[in-house]
Amino acid sequence: MFHLAAGAPNVFDGSANTIAVIVLLLEFGMLRAALLRAQIQLYAVQSLAVSVLAGVVAGGRGIPELFALAALSFLLKAVIVPMVVLRLLRDAHADIAGSGALGVASEVVLSIVVAAFGYFSFASLGITSSALPTTALSLSAAVVLVAFVLMILRRDVVSQAVGFFSLENGISMASLVVAAGMPLILEVAFLFDLLVAVIVFGVLMRVHHGQSQSLSTANLDRLRG
Amino acid sequence: MLIVAILALPLAMTLASAFLPRRAAASGTVVVGVVSFALALLLVPEVLRGTIHVAGYLRADAISMVFVLATSFLYALCSIYSVGYFSHRTRAVRAAGVGTAEPFNRYSRLFYLGFNAFAWSMLCAPLVDGFAVLWVAIEITTVVSALLVALDRTDHATEAAWKYVLIASSGLGIALFATILLYYAGAQTIGNSYDLAFEPLLHAAHHLPVVPVQLAFVLAVVGFGTKVGLFPVHTWLPDAHAEAPTPISVLLSGALLATSFYAIIRYFQVAVAAIGPQLPRTVMLVFGVLSVLLAALYLFGQRNIKRMLAYSSVEHMGILAIALSFGAPIAMIGMLLHVLAHAAAKGAAFMGAGVLTQAFGTKELDGMREAMGRLRWTAPLFLIAIFTLCALPPFGVFRSEFDIVAGGIFSGSGIAAAVCVVLVTIAFFGLALTTTRILFEPSSKEWSPTRREPSGWMVLPMAIALSAVLLIGVHPPADLVDLLHQGAAEMSELP
Repeated sequence: MFHLAAGAPNVFDGSANTIAVIVLLLEFGMLRAALLRAQIQLYAVQSLAVSVLAGVVAGGRGIPELFALAALSFLLKAVIVPMVVLRLLRDAHADIAGSGALGVASEVVLSIVVAAFGYFSFASLGITSSALPTTALSLSAAVVLVAFVLMILRRDVVSQAVGFFSLENGISMASLVVAAGMPLILEVAFLFDLLVAVIVFGVLMRVHHGQSQSLSTANLDRLRG
Repeated sequence: MLIVAILALPLAMTLASAFLPRRAAASGTVVVGVVSFALALLLVPEVLRGTIHVAGYLRADAISMVFVLATSFLYALCSIYSVGYFSHRTRAVRAAGVGTAEPFNRYSRLFYLGFNAFAWSMLCAPLVDGFAVLWVAIEITTVVSALLVALDRTDHATEAAWKYVLIASSGLGIALFATILLYYAGAQTIGNSYDLAFEPLLHAAHHLPVVPVQLAFVLAVVGFGTKVGLFPVHTWLPDAHAEAPTPISVLLSGALLATSFYAIIRYFQVAVAAIGPQLPRTVMLVFGVLSVLLAALYLFGQRNIKRMLAYSSVEHMGILAIALSFGAPIAMIGMLLHVLAHAAAKGAAFMGAGVLTQAFGTKELDGMREAMGRLRWTAPLFLIAIFTLCALPPFGVFRSEFDIVAGGIFSGSGIAAAVCVVLVTIAFFGLALTTTRILFEPSSKEWSPTRREPSGWMVLPMAIALSAVLLIGVHPPADLVDLLHQGAAEMSELP
């Protein structure tokens, strides 16, 4: 690695940061997508971006285990999870997400504020790593927070589940920055756990749909106090 | 070897439950539950001789043993209780004839499959070595128990399960963030290829960078605290406890919450060793006091018996958090004893609530009256269980809370200890008022002949649980005392 000029990012840092920004933009895309199908496709693309980032780190920093992780996470998060959820959608005959608790514009403004908060607070912590530039960590904090906004404001089970899955994407990206050298077995255990969680989310979405004939969570307000 | 057996048996039973017929699964589960508890008891003397390591991935010390004992005890009791819980349905199915048998068999198979898997995952969590595997184990407890909460397929159960899986998974997402930050902190001193095992991290704690550890600790408290039921991330808890089948409510309340608290204890140990006690203690105190306060207020005017007990769980988890914040050895002994005493007492209370719910056909407290005259065994036992939960002497909860408060005064947190006592007293009034009303207040409705004790299988485990909590209150066995002292020593020793 050689620097072109003092302070300017090199090709590796530049491409890593670009991918990280793409991940955050896709999170915003999910937030405002009106079609559930589009939302899931955006999630698949986001997972692809995170897998590519893992591949970039693997190649650029010489950590061959990360190639295996990149392949596994691509298979699981960009192929299997979207397929499971899309199949559920097909069975449920529902296309359009119910309206969120806020309008799209307010949601996006709120998310920009939240994302900026996450970005700058993590940037100020001084956590540096040799694997990726700190910018990627700050961006992943922003992704996690926007995923929370998505889960909180959307009122259908599919969007909420996708919000949780993309939250996990944000954490995967953070782990590429601060835990790139983590033993592969642990990373695989995390991924396997995600797979189990996806199955359970799928089952519960089906149960919910079977019970209420809709994917909306608007009627899930009977348990109080 | 005992550790491996404790984990292998429930796992084998889980797999077997998928194939075995209903009756065989039920009796097999009872055998496995009781044997697991016996194995846990046998493991205690071994742990007293020193921390056990198996194959690099399993580890048992005095602290983890306390949680294994609590979980396996409730596993054994719930397996017995489940026999009674299903007996009236079995009779109903037999009376109704062929058509209803198939759905019931399916329900029962799913129940035993999930029940054993749930117990297995909760036994795994305290016995695995390392923060990463611990997170995986706790995530498995979440997904298994979420399915069990949804098992009854009512609208309410579905709603509770969805809220539970979404909120708890998001919480665990935060806990995963904490895990990788802790890995980052450790990697700075230990190097990249370590697997987050407890001991290397504790030994290196002095050299860990401060900011990542602070961040990891706070995120872990929020993340795992979601599953513990600490305010303000407790919102799934009353719903899930109220809507799950009663044996599952027992495990959720007595074992699962404590198991998640175990994860916080581990982070607390590393954080105290790395950054000193100030921040970790303050964080635990704030979460603890707020949780007890919220629970004490919500205990007044509850209308649903299981929700009432769920808020009592929030209260007791708050007490555990406060105990952890005190830090004095006596408070640590009290905290570990409280895990056991709460498991037994809350187990008995939920089992009693399950009988009341079945006998009166409703979870609403308004529908239950004059229980004392109708349920000759359950009603007095339920009353004793509630008094136990309110920390009346001579029961174990009194002893543990006494130790905790004494530890608070000893460690110079007299005000926090006093606040804790006041809030616990408020909670006592809430619980006691509601309970005495349903037990003693005369009913305006006609006497119905169906309102009898549903099954002796449901009374027996309550009696055992209350005897156990009485025993540890009056005269705890010597080995248990040693275990608690050793656990407190592990908490206070700095490498």
